[in-house]
Amino acid sequence: MQRSFFARNPSALVFISILAITVLLVTIFSDAFGVGPISTSFVKTLGKTLCLCLVALAMDLVWGYCGILSLGHFAFFGLGGYMIGMWLMYRRTHDIVVASMAESALPPTPQDITDAIANQIFGVVGSADFPLIWYFADSLFLQLALVVLVPGLLALVFGWLAFRSRVAGVYLSILTQAMTLALSLYLFQNDSGLRGNNGLSGLQNLPGLDQVPQSVVSVWFLWGSALALALGYLLAAWLVSGKFGSVMRGIRDNEARVRFLGYSVETFKLVVFTLTACIAGIAGALYYPQAGIVNPAEIAPIASVYLAVWVAIGGRGRLYGAVIGAAFVSLVSSWFTGGQAPDVPLGFYTIKWVDWWLIVLGLSFVLVTLFAPKGIGGLVDLWVHRKSPDRHGADLGPSAGALREQEASE
Amino acid sequence: MKIRVLAALVLGLACGSVAAQTARTAPDGLEPVQTILQENRLLIEQGSRTTIGPVIDALANSGLPQAQAVLQAWQAKDMWQRKSDGLFFAGQKADGSYTLTDFDSGETVGRADKNALDQIKPNSGIRALIGAALVQFQLSDPDPALRADAVATMARRADASMLAPLRASIPGETDPALLAQKKRLEALLTMAFDPDDAARVAAIDAAGSDLGLDLRATLNPLVATRRAVSAGAVPEGLNIARQLTPGTDALPRAEAWAMLVQAGLAAPLKTPHDRNAALEQHIEKGKVGGVPLVQLNSEAKRDQAYANLAAAGLVTGYVPAEEQARTLESHSFYDEYLEPSAPVTEAAQAALTRIALKVGANQALDLGLDALSLASIYFLAAIGLAITFGVMGVINMAHGEFIMMGAYTGYVVQQVVPGHTLSIIVAIPAAFAVTFMAGVALERLIIRHLYQRPLESLLATFGVSIVLQQLAKNIFGTQARPLTAPAWLDGAWVVNDVVSISFIRIAIFVLALLFLALFLFIMKRTRLGLETRAVTQNPRMAASMGINPARVNMLTFGLGSGIAGIAGVAIGLFAKVTSEMGGGYIVQSFMTVVVGGVGNIWGTLAGAVMIGFTQKGIEWFNPSNTLAAQTYMIVFIIIFIQFKPRGIIALKGRAAGD
Repeated sequence: MQRSFFARNPSALVFISILAITVLLVTIFSDAFGVGPISTSFVKTLGKTLCLCLVALAMDLVWGYCGILSLGHFAFFGLGGYMIGMWLMYRRTHDIVVASMAESALPPTPQDITDAIANQIFGVVGSADFPLIWYFADSLFLQLALVVLVPGLLALVFGWLAFRSRVAGVYLSILTQAMTLALSLYLFQNDSGLRGNNGLSGLQNLPGLDQVPQSVVSVWFLWGSALALALGYLLAAWLVSGKFGSVMRGIRDNEARVRFLGYSVETFKLVVFTLTACIAGIAGALYYPQAGIVNPAEIAPIASVYLAVWVAIGGRGRLYGAVIGAAFVSLVSSWFTGGQAPDVPLGFYTIKWVDWWLIVLGLSFVLVTLFAPKGIGGLVDLWVHRKSPDRHGADLGPSAGALREQEASE
Repeated sequence: MKIRVLAALVLGLACGSVAAQTARTAPDGLEPVQTILQENRLLIEQGSRTTIGPVIDALANSGLPQAQAVLQAWQAKDMWQRKSDGLFFAGQKADGSYTLTDFDSGETVGRADKNALDQIKPNSGIRALIGAALVQFQLSDPDPALRADAVATMARRADASMLAPLRASIPGETDPALLAQKKRLEALLTMAFDPDDAARVAAIDAAGSDLGLDLRATLNPLVATRRAVSAGAVPEGLNIARQLTPGTDALPRAEAWAMLVQAGLAAPLKTPHDRNAALEQHIEKGKVGGVPLVQLNSEAKRDQAYANLAAAGLVTGYVPAEEQARTLESHSFYDEYLEPSAPVTEAAQAALTRIALKVGANQALDLGLDALSLASIYFLAAIGLAITFGVMGVINMAHGEFIMMGAYTGYVVQQVVPGHTLSIIVAIPAAFAVTFMAGVALERLIIRHLYQRPLESLLATFGVSIVLQQLAKNIFGTQARPLTAPAWLDGAWVVNDVVSISFIRIAIFVLALLFLALFLFIMKRTRLGLETRAVTQNPRMAASMGINPARVNMLTFGLGSGIAGIAGVAIGLFAKVTSEMGGGYIVQSFMTVVVGGVGNIWGTLAGAVMIGFTQKGIEWFNPSNTLAAQTYMIVFIIIFIQFKPRGIIALKGRAAGD
């Protein structure tokens, strides 16, 4: 019996409706298109949050559904940002250089232009040559392809090496963290070809669109991010609702059993790992033009840990949980660390949230892990009075993996 | 006294011919010293530092036994000139007038009033020059301290004139240490200054592969080269080190051209920049040299336009690339040894190669020591983790923060307890106690609930590590806090000019060994170790034998955390204590445990040694860049795990778990 996609995934319809309404409201109240109580910087924050939701979705697929606790997905996110940043920076510097060279008496040779761009971009790290990795930087199409290809390829190679030798569980987590650390340390070097710890900057200025104000650009990016998130959600929902999703959950709950049933566990894991890395890359490519700067500190291992924190607090193993977690935690974090939260005077000591927020976050994370493995998303279960079916044994997972018995009846 | 006479005799023999010459040319029947002094009378009276050099040299190199006395008297302002005849004497004040002593005969020639005399007052510059000249006389001084001074002075300012007196002083040397020094200096001076090439080569060959810096300082000037250019082939009769081809890495074209210009063999090149400037000056009606302006966006077109301008006589001096190449080819470029003798340069080159080899071997040894100390640091940081992760199978991401906690405990103890030695002695148990309690609390409150869910215990301990890090930041601030080592740990154990290792690193090595022994003792010889091993293998069976697994887990976790705290004190001694210091060690520690093999202390040791040595090895290839070394290290580990997923020392059978 084949029901429609939305009938099988009621959350997708609800989610997309809420997302559409939110974007519509923000557009209406934005500076650029509407009455204007929402500032441009807040629109940007919302746009960035949507990108973070997308990468959290990827993290939920790989962790919540497939049981691979990857501590490297923020590295893929950052790589996506670097890839689009290379084009943005190259193109914009190119425009500036050409404009300034039009003043000179002789028309510039192509070599003159390339040298001047290289000097502009790499002057800060004491170099004046284009590294090989910038070879495609003048082509938007190729760099957009690299946004997907570079994280995807890295994930493919790393995943193939790791899954092939049956590295799993905490070992894999540590290994992905090591990969992230290696990548960020590599990017910190000045001769990595990506401007060392300066990173790529000025990304918020889109080349050729100098006359368009940032308020408008920010709304465009909000739309773009929302569209990407919606498509990502649909893709993820489609993926986990079918047979593929059942196998993923099976791998999470008991890898050996799935393997004995004849499934190629390594291939499934590799596909999920690589696909989510690509999604993370796309999310990064949308995030960093809104943030304006990407540098190696963004890729540091702790960022990927926070990604896991968001998904865990939101409720892993359910797609909307990851989105809720990312949106909720990152918005609340920026509210607390941004200095807007009022200090709490205790008489003998004043709690400054800038200092204490991380402690609250860490503690609540520990408490969620201990006592509420379903996270915020678990509240939805209360709302619809849905009870997890009896598993006749240990709690194998926090999520819709509980539906196994229903699936078997289909 | 006997020695001195003998030395003087030898010295006299060595320079006998010079002395004889001086004696022969003595005018007016004057004695030799007085002759030299009279010949240079004007310069002496003038007393200027810049012109006095030849006079001092003439005296010092005269080979006369009296020269030393003259120079000493001069330096001590005891040299006087008699106004009546301009002769110089040594003067001693006595009873209001001066006793004059002839330099040559050493006899008193009479007394004179101060008014009849002029005192020669050398300024400090001249006195220093005299002092340097006196060194060769002091070589044979009866006082060993003076002789040692003289040898040291000579070693500092070697020059050709010292060779003869030094050689002369060697047979009479009685002090064995001084004799060795003199012989070494004599060999070095022979290499540098002996007129006989065969003797120099012999001295160089005899030096072998000595590691002394002085030997290298002597040999390096021998192989110093000068870059030169000449039209056509290389001139004959030069001691050529190597020939150079323009356009290679050793001699880029631009540099070669600059040499031609300097040698007057070619005119300076116009750079493309100059060319462009000239082109801009000759823009006429949108054209330059007949080429439309819009077409000038390529090098070829610009060259063509410039050639047109040159043909029209408007510009000069731009040499096209092909002609440059032809000009360069018609000249030869070469490095020429400053030292003319080919055998000497060859021998010196060979000796330097030998030395470089030996220095390389010693550097490898030094690197090995460094790697060993790095390995012990990793071992110290990882041993606590090896207990919690290896024995209990619990991953503790807050391990790095326990290290930090230990280091801060040390810092706090140092603020309270006076004296660095005492405070370190107090800090170690204090750090253990603090982190032991923290570990027990962590196990009781969190990890106990998550034994069946390793991924969740990883995440929960991550949460704890975030909290602890931020707490430390709130309490101690973000700037680094110092943890000062006691004074007796300062300094280093120096083996030779290349190999040395600081005492702190030795102490950490010893500490690592102690912990290894402690761990083995606890695990193999105590009740706790027995129970831990039992619980590790089969908790249910252990429980049924009367062991309380909860208690054992708690104590084991506390022990692992406590050791992390002590490691923190040790690490804090050489690294700065910051709230983020733990994060730097956590991944390395895990790598150590995983690479070594989980659940086995020897594996952890092997892992630490391997990681320490590999990292130092990578740093050796690319010493300027430790970031790259860490990157490649991690990549190496990821690949290593492909081939040995269970680590270097893998547990087998039922103990391996899954």
